[in-house]
Amino acid sequence: MKEAKKQGGLNAEIQSRIGHQLRAMYDDVVRQGVPDRFAELIRKLDGPEAAAAQIDKTDEGRD
Amino acid sequence: MPLTDSLRDDILASVPSLRAFAISLSGNGDRADDLVQETLLRAIANIDSFQPGSNLPAWLFTILRNLFRSDYRKRRREVEDAEGNYAKTLKTQPAQNAHLEFEEFRNALDKLPQDQREALILVGASGFSYEDAAAICGCAVGTIKSRVNRARSKLSALLYVEGAEDFGPDETVRAVIGGNGG
Repeated sequence: MKEAKKQGGLNAEIQSRIGHQLRAMYDDVVRQGVPDRFAELIRKLDGPEAAAAQIDKTDEGRD
Repeated sequence: MPLTDSLRDDILASVPSLRAFAISLSGNGDRADDLVQETLLRAIANIDSFQPGSNLPAWLFTILRNLFRSDYRKRRREVEDAEGNYAKTLKTQPAQNAHLEFEEFRNALDKLPQDQREALILVGASGFSYEDAAAICGCAVGTIKSRVNRARSKLSALLYVEGAEDFGPDETVRAVIGGNGG
């Protein structure tokens, strides 16, 4: 009984540690904000056609 | 809906979390940014199909997740690239101990099946509800819940059970050790 309780406590501790590590990894990237290349990309595109054209261009560049 | 300035701002505001999602999924910083770029282009190319007032981040995450999936089928992840490239994307290098712990965590995350990894990230890090995560992954809410639970148990087994001796005297353990008096 006492053993089971201790086990549950340790498990909760591990789960909270995993949650913390996962968010730390993720938030590290979120804190970097918006890289210039994406800000420029979104500003530059004047509409869906421009975006579609750029997708076609990218696809052609691939093998 | 048309691409208004406010919609552009909203898309831009989602970029940091889209990058975090892409890096968490792919484990590769360069590839993650390519995924984000393609997501943005596709989102804007298909902006007419976005329902005004619906959840924009969830819509963008769905596009990114589907792109990652189709790309994944074409080529297997370059696992050996993962750690080095990911570390380069970090603005501040973590201190030595924290860095080791971080690498261990990243490696364990990479060992999860893809379904479980994406469910865990969406719910545990991106902060989506189970319902939104289910919509993003195109599956039932119950399926997401069970994937998240399995991901958590597997990570806990990989990180803390197999290497139980590595589990240092943290606060809980100290409390247990110190709590037998009285």
